[in-house]
Amino acid sequence: MTNGVNKTFLEKMQAIDRRVIFLFIGLAVALPLLFHVVFTEKITPIVGAIYDRVENLPEGSKVLISFDYSPSTVPEIQPMVDAVLRHCAARKVKIYIMGLWATGQNIADETISRVLKPEFPAYQYGEDYVNLGYKSGNQGLINVILTDLKKMYTTDVHGTAIDSIPMMAPIRNLRNFDLILSFGGGFPGMKEWVLFAGDPGRIPVAGGVTAVSAPQLYPYYPSQLLGLMGGIKGAAEYESEVIRHYSRFENSSHPGIDMMGPQAVAHIVIILFIVVGNVAYFLTRRREAEND
Amino acid sequence: MRRQIPLLITLIVGAVLIIAAFIPRAPFGRLGENFSLYFDIIAVFAFLLGGGNLVRIHGARLVRGVGMAVTEAKKGGGAWPLRFVIEFPFLAFGGLKDRRGRDWFFSLITLLGFFAMLAAGLLKLGNPSGWQGNVTAPEGMFQDFYDSMFNPLQATMYALLAFFVASASYRAFRAKSAEATILLVTAFIILLGRTPAGAYVTAWMPESLSFLTVPNLANWVMAIPNLAGQRAIIIGIALGVIAMSLRVIIGIERTYLGSDEK
Amino acid sequence: MTEQTVERRAIWYLLGFLAVVLAFVLSMALKGFTQQGFYVTLGAFLTLSILSFLYKDNIFYKMAEHLFVGVSAAYWMVMGFWSVMVPNLIGKIHPPAVKPFMPAIASQPASYWYLIPAVLGIMLLWRLMPKGAWIARWALAFIVGTTAGLNFIRYMASDLLGQINSSMVPLVVIQNGSLDIMTTISNLVLFLGVFCGLIYFFFSKEHKGVFGVGSKIGIWILMVTFGAGFGYTVMARISLLVGRFRFLFDDWLGLLK
Repeated sequence: MTNGVNKTFLEKMQAIDRRVIFLFIGLAVALPLLFHVVFTEKITPIVGAIYDRVENLPEGSKVLISFDYSPSTVPEIQPMVDAVLRHCAARKVKIYIMGLWATGQNIADETISRVLKPEFPAYQYGEDYVNLGYKSGNQGLINVILTDLKKMYTTDVHGTAIDSIPMMAPIRNLRNFDLILSFGGGFPGMKEWVLFAGDPGRIPVAGGVTAVSAPQLYPYYPSQLLGLMGGIKGAAEYESEVIRHYSRFENSSHPGIDMMGPQAVAHIVIILFIVVGNVAYFLTRRREAEND
Repeated sequence: MRRQIPLLITLIVGAVLIIAAFIPRAPFGRLGENFSLYFDIIAVFAFLLGGGNLVRIHGARLVRGVGMAVTEAKKGGGAWPLRFVIEFPFLAFGGLKDRRGRDWFFSLITLLGFFAMLAAGLLKLGNPSGWQGNVTAPEGMFQDFYDSMFNPLQATMYALLAFFVASASYRAFRAKSAEATILLVTAFIILLGRTPAGAYVTAWMPESLSFLTVPNLANWVMAIPNLAGQRAIIIGIALGVIAMSLRVIIGIERTYLGSDEK
Repeated sequence: MTEQTVERRAIWYLLGFLAVVLAFVLSMALKGFTQQGFYVTLGAFLTLSILSFLYKDNIFYKMAEHLFVGVSAAYWMVMGFWSVMVPNLIGKIHPPAVKPFMPAIASQPASYWYLIPAVLGIMLLWRLMPKGAWIARWALAFIVGTTAGLNFIRYMASDLLGQINSSMVPLVVIQNGSLDIMTTISNLVLFLGVFCGLIYFFFSKEHKGVFGVGSKIGIWILMVTFGAGFGYTVMARISLLVGRFRFLFDDWLGLLK
């Protein structure tokens, strides 16, 4: 009798309504967010490599930042971009913005008006930063601008002729950049930057990608890829490092660090789900074997 | 003609681009650059093709569905427009008998969204600099639509996956064999090691065993065995891409041309 | 469906519709009936519509899904038009035509070579015509040829040769005159992992004997890879959910401030 009741319980556990699982995940994310659970982060070598490179860039260095993502991955990527932009601006490097993804242009405009303009009022458009916007062609675009950037980019996003933008004067092609930073997670993205720009042009490439893509990019590090931020963890690490070295950013938003609280709780809940699922499965199997 | 010329185009374009990599001199260098440039521009026509196809399919579905709904409303007798309004929920949300006309209301939503976004973008509505302004200017209606529709819709659709991945983990992730156990253990190391929780779990470990803490294990797993496996996959895919590219260029692979019927 | 069912359904839809309108107005009232408030409310409504799928499929989810299809198709068309069609095609073939939109490039010299992509692009659009779909093949052939040509070289150099080159690591590492055990083990795992992973993918020979052992190690390494991939995928998906919740709690409800 007891065995029968237990068996039913185990069966119930195995056939639990998926909406119960959904509820747990929802709560695991919502509660730490509402109660602001925050942890400290320690930088890993693969993220530290990017930080060190940006930190050691001489003033006036030319950095290309490619926005290769869409709203579907903004929560993961945007914190990285904000942190890197702040770091670049603090180092007084020249920032060139473009996008292999159309959505990158919208996101770049939003980022500029939210981060660069209010936090760095001395940064002048056309002198210190420029938004070149989106162009189609994926890897074909990279292949063209590797030899001649102006073949595709005749104007910036505001319709200003490229030749009349002061900071574009020293730029003929991708080889003129000191560093290329790509942020994305799909096709085209970091891999295409490595294959079609970094390797053939011998240009340092780094950046951040979604956690889904990150494992696939590890093989390029460090010989073909300078450094890599993988998912929200990478973003949180970079944010922490920037705040640690630049006290002026202590009060800036740091969504990466903020998101690690819910992230940790949700991971633990998923681990528990897997453990419970396995226990229920193996107990059921053992019962079945005993009964047979 | 319908097949030979496309095959010739593929051969010439592909071959020139390969030769240009080895002989970056005239005429190959310049030709290769131009082919790449033309490719970038042609790619944008695919967007127009996508929009055109959408209007064609949903337009037809809308016309067909509205026609059926009107016929259904007329069946009841009396003033059919009134019946149409009264029975709207039935006629719009799956009440029609013929499957082909059922989703007409959703097609209407698709087309309304399509034309609203298209008008806001092409006419640069609300843009402070008018037609000469940046299409993605934060003040423009196109950016407002992007922020209030495109952005939340796409982001939430992907966010749904969080729930499904959790549900799938609970149901399907079983340590049934040695291989599955390796997979499971690695996943746990990463899930713990990539959050602050991992550091707390093994905080008690002495300094001499620090390499065994979960965060360090996660770093090692990513940098060594994960890298090795991914590299094997990358090399395998590269061989596949190289072989397929060659097959396409020399015309052995022709499936992209479709059938000869049309 | 009986008349009664239809009526009952209509009442439910009406009530649901009224509830949504009420919630919408309430949300806008909280935001002070501003334009920004309307857009944030719309974003929240669409977010909740999609999330409602978790309970079960319903018309709000379906409407949101269909809206997304329409909006995104138009989005790509608009971006393609203003970012490439105008400056890189029309502005190249006939620069004066773009004067009302981009006066800065209206006086550049015309380049008729751009007629080639223009013609090929129009041929691609021919697929929309009821007849002569084969015409699109020329453009398709150009796209496929370019992709093949570009990928052939770059995958060979970076993904094949580059990756093999990176795998050539010392299998015994001596640091300051003594054996560096950790690096030696790591390098061994790395080299053998790549090698055995490739053995596993080699299907032209039966996986038996020494080759079978290599293949088995290959599977284990790949399982570690997939496990890491799974862990990272979970991480990614959770982040996206956190992002949406942040939008709802912060931008919409203002609870996180």
